[in-house]
Parts: sequence; C-alpha cells; structure tokens
Amino acid sequence: MAGIQIERVGKRFGGALALDSVSLDVADGEFVALLGPSGCGKTTLLRIVAGLETRSSGAVRIGGRDVSDLRPADRGLAMVFQNYAVFPHMTVFDNVAFGLRMQKKPREDIERKVRRAAALLQIEPYLDRYPAKLSGGQRQRVAVARALAVEPAVLLMDEPLSNLDALLRLEMRAELKSVLREAKTTTLYVTHDQTEAMGLADRIAVMQQGRIVQADAPTTVYSRPASTFVGGFVGSPPMNFVKVTASGRSARLDALDLRPPADGDLLLGFRGEDVQLVPPDEGMTFVVKVAEPMGSHLLLTGSAAGCPVRVVAPPTASVHAGDRLGLRPDPDRIAWMSQDSGLALDGHA
Amino acid sequence: MTAPRWIPYALIAPAALFLAALFIVPLVQTILLSFDGGGTPDHLANYRKMAGDLNFTLAIRNTFLLVGVVVPIQLALAMGMAVMLQKMSTGRDIVLWIWTIPLGVSDLAAGLVWLALLQNSGYLNTVLFQLGLLDGPTPWLNAETPVTLFVGIVLAEIWRATAVVLIVLVAGFQLIPKEYSEAAEVFGARSWTAFRLITLPLLKPSIQSALILRTVLAFEVFAVVYALGGRNMPVLVGEAYAWQYENQNYGVAAAYAVLVMVISLAATVVYLYALRTRPETQP
Ligand SMILES: Nc1ncnc2c1ncn2[C@@H]1O[C@H](COP(=O)(O)OP(=O)(O)O)[C@@H](O)[C@H]1O
Ligand SMILES: [Mg+2]
Repeated sequence: MAGIQIERVGKRFGGALALDSVSLDVADGEFVALLGPSGCGKTTLLRIVAGLETRSSGAVRIGGRDVSDLRPADRGLAMVFQNYAVFPHMTVFDNVAFGLRMQKKPREDIERKVRRAAALLQIEPYLDRYPAKLSGGQRQRVAVARALAVEPAVLLMDEPLSNLDALLRLEMRAELKSVLREAKTTTLYVTHDQTEAMGLADRIAVMQQGRIVQADAPTTVYSRPASTFVGGFVGSPPMNFVKVTASGRSARLDALDLRPPADGDLLLGFRGEDVQLVPPDEGMTFVVKVAEPMGSHLLLTGSAAGCPVRVVAPPTASVHAGDRLGLRPDPDRIAWMSQDSGLALDGHA
Repeated sequence: MTAPRWIPYALIAPAALFLAALFIVPLVQTILLSFDGGGTPDHLANYRKMAGDLNFTLAIRNTFLLVGVVVPIQLALAMGMAVMLQKMSTGRDIVLWIWTIPLGVSDLAAGLVWLALLQNSGYLNTVLFQLGLLDGPTPWLNAETPVTLFVGIVLAEIWRATAVVLIVLVAGFQLIPKEYSEAAEVFGARSWTAFRLITLPLLKPSIQSALILRTVLAFEVFAVVYALGGRNMPVLVGEAYAWQYENQNYGVAAAYAVLVMVISLAATVVYLYALRTRPETQP
C-alpha cells in the first residue's frame, strides 16, 4: 500500500500549457477523484502519474519513492483505461493473468489470483471467452479485474464508466465502490461526471484549465466551493449566484437582510435545496419562469435580483410559472464569493 | 426508402466487365494455349517440353531461392522500419515518403540502376579500385560468379520492393490502438515483450496481406534479374519471356505462365492458412 504525491507537475504540449504546476497528495488507501470539464488536463495528469506521458516539470512520488523517471512497469501501479484496452486476442483469463505473468508469479499463484479477481467482479463464467464476445459492461469488469489481480499499491482509472449506458453505469459505480473499499487500494480516478465523483470519492480534486482549484471531501466541495467555477460545475442543479453589494458587513436583497463577511461587490452563493420558500415580501423576490415536476422534487427555474436562479422545492409544493415567491437561503449554508475574482470569501480556499 | 436490389450489381457491372475482358479472357486463353497439343491429342506436350528443358530446374531453384531469401529479409526490414516510424513524433511522413521513392521506379529501371553500380566499370568497382582493394575491373555479375550475381539481385530487389511491405505494415500499425501496448507496459511488459505478445498478434492480418502481396510479386521476378544478369541466372518468368520471344514457342511460354500462377496461388493458400486469425480475436 502506498500514497501518491504529485509535486508541482507541469506539462506543455508544444506551446500549449496542459498542466500548470499541479500538486496533490493522495493518502494511502484513499480514493481521490480528479473532476473537471473535458480538456482540463485530467488524462494528462493521470498519464504522467502512470509514466505513459513525460512531464515538463515537477515530480511524482508513490509510496514515498520518487518514480518520476521510472518506467510504468516499475512504478507499482495498475490502470484501467477509458476504452478498457482489454487485449482482444487473449481470453478473459489471459487478460486478467497478464500482469501476474509479467511478474513471473508461480502458476498456482496466478490461477488463484485470477480466480479471486474474477469472482470479485463476477466474470468467472466468461474466463474462457474472448473479449469480442462480451458486452461493454463485462469488458469493463475484465479491465478492472486485470488491474486488481496484480494487487497494485496504486490504481489509476481514466473515465472507466463513461462508455457504459446510464443504468449500467449506476450499477458499476456502486460495485466499484464496494470492491475498491474492500481492496483498500489507493485510487486516483478521472471523471468529468460530478455525480460519479461525489458518489465514489473520499476526496474530490476539481481541475480547471490545468490546475487543481479545490481538493476536499465531496460534501465540502458541494456546499463550500472554492470558486464560482466549482460551485457551478459540481452539483445538479449548479449553485446559484446572486449579485449583492455590501457595506458595513451588511447587505439587503429585497426583504432579505444579509451579513456578508466582506464589503463591496459580492456574490451570494446558495444551493437550490438550501432555501426556504416564503411569501414574496419576506425574502428576496424570485420570479418563477418554469416549474418542472421531477418526481422526487419540483425544480423551479427563474430569476432573483436579475440573476438566474434554480430552486429545488418539495414535490408537493404548488408553484406555477409566473408566480412570485420569496427566497430565504439557509444562513449556515451560504457561500460568499468575490465578484471580481470569483473566489470564495470564507477563507478556506 | 431503400434502393432496388439490382443497384449494387449494376454499379459493379462496369468493373466486372472490364476485369472479364482484360483479365479473365486472356487468363483462360493462356491456360487453353498451354494445354494445346498443336493438333495432336497430347495436351501435356508443352509442359513436357518445359520440364525437359535444361534451364527448367535451374529456373525453379533460382526463383524459389530468391523468394526464400528476399521475402523474409524484406519482412524483417519493413517491420523494423515500421516500428521506427511508429516511434517518431515529427518528420514521420517525410521519412515514409523517402523510403517509398523506389516504388515509383519501374523494376527494369531499378535493375539498370543497380547494373550501373555493380557492372565491371561500375561505381562499386571504381570505389574499391581507388581504395586499393581491387587490382582492376572485376566482374560480379557473370555466370562464373553466381553468388555475387545472386547477392546483387537480392540487394536490388530489397532496395526496390521493401516499401510495399512497409506500407502495408504501417497501415496495419495505425489500426492498432495505442492503449494496448500502453496497457501491456503498465502491467509490466518490457518493449520487446509487449511487441511480441501484443503488437505482433494484432498485426497478423497485415503481415499476412503484406506477405501475400510481396511473395506473389517475388515469384514474378524478372526485369531486375534480366537487367543484372541476362540469362546467367534463369528464373521462371524469364524463361517464359525467352520461350515467347526468342524461341517463338507460345505454348511453352504459356505453360511457364500457368506454372507461375499455380505457384503464386499455392503460396497464397499457404499464407491464408498459416496466418489465419479467428475473427473474435480481433479488436
Ligand atoms: N498528445 C497531445 N498533444 C497535444 N496536446 C495534447 C495532447 N494530449 C492532450 N493535449 C491537450 O492537453 C489538454 C488536456 O488534455 P487532457 O488531459 O486529455 O484533458 P481531459 O482528460 O481533462 O479531457 C487539452 O487541451 C488537449 O488538447
Ligand atoms: Mg480525458
């Protein structure tokens, strides 16, 4: 078992900066999700950790050992590729056994470990088949089994669920979580799907344009985003931001009194479910444009103080398009941001 | 809306007719000609004459020897070149382009180029003479120097036609996703092991195509041999040429042509069987 230390890793492709001095610590046994929009450098960072891509600067340590200049094979890790990269000309058994065979493990050892990994991922019935005869979900399981069979200290995964359909993805997500929890493998998991990151990870590292902008527990990233970018990227619906001008550490929005931690042009950030619906003259005025019954809740889209706002109301609430309501955000769950920098004000970022 | 079912047939009809007129008809005519007894009922006369000729066994031996030496060397060379190209990040296209230039040279012209290099007063002798390694013009391409003649022909063939194999292999390499060898690397395979266990098996269909293409063409070797050695080293197609134009015996020439075709077909069948891939083992 081993942790990963990524130390000020930079990467340029020609003139283009893909990674800008990225640092991240993944503790032994921890599951960290690298979350960010497409093109922000997640894959590049993962490949540098794996040794499949050269870095322009910085260092990577695994288990305290500087592996920056080692070959992938010598770094003591396993990887699950986005399109699985399950060898098509080998049976499922040979695929899962590949890493163990490369390590020249004894025959009985290989047999036992392959069977165990196969049992864990429920692919025992297919061990003699070729991958072409398997479904996408089964191939994905083979890729994970191949990685777990070598009992790696560190597991890297690049969007392993993105090629599965929605239902299968949900199922594999839960399964992956239980399997990896059991194996206690240090995991770095790349995804652009925030629900996946929220559901799986002990910690989420949010990336934006080649930098990690926040690395925290999922609930913290969700309710205390370090920037408007994080608040907008994580969570569905995204966090609401309403423009407020404060002086003397106080501000007023319609009938709502606020106590911001700073003065000047601020953004009042709040989650759609962290508000109380009140009569229009008791909070900030919210004009409903669309009301969508989602089953578990009623999603209201509209505007408050000239800013777009989405509110999650109870499924039984009787609200219709065109209604005017008052909103009262839970004061404990407000995230204040600076309008200029887009960064959080409460000092934790 | 679906198109009527005859449309695909109508679309390939011109190509099929073209092929029938310019390929199948002459082919059938050649086969018939080779079995023509010249008025007698002896349909194998041409073949008997061919097999009884002094040069026949020589031609068979030389042709198979050439194919057996040239094709494996070309495959190995082309594989090395394709791997090198695969590892290059810049300038790949230019290097590939330069390597394929000989393909634009006709085989006779290629033979003449190598003749200029290797003949008595050629560049090779000039250089060796000036280096003091030779006392004077030395023949390499005589009937008395069959080994150097053979080596010369092998060199010329390799120079001329390795790129055919290379192009097929390069195309094959590009069909293999990079992730396979990367996965192999991550799971502990060194370069050579990854090549042997992953790349080579996945490249098998391309190797098969390249070998079939190159071997069939190699059995038809003629112009280079003719340019460098005349009839000092008889080969099958060269004999067909000689019977056709020098002896004016079209029947025996046709028999040689049919023999070359049968050998080529047999080689193709061998490759198809020996290098077959099960469809479910391909990506
Ligand atoms: N091999 C490469 N050559 C040039 N640019 C690249 C290469 N790989 C990635 N990039 C660029 O680096 C940036 C980050 O890419 P990537 O790490 O794949 O993003 P992500 O995985 O987050 O979608 C992108 O702008 C991409 O175009
Ligand atoms: Mg990616």
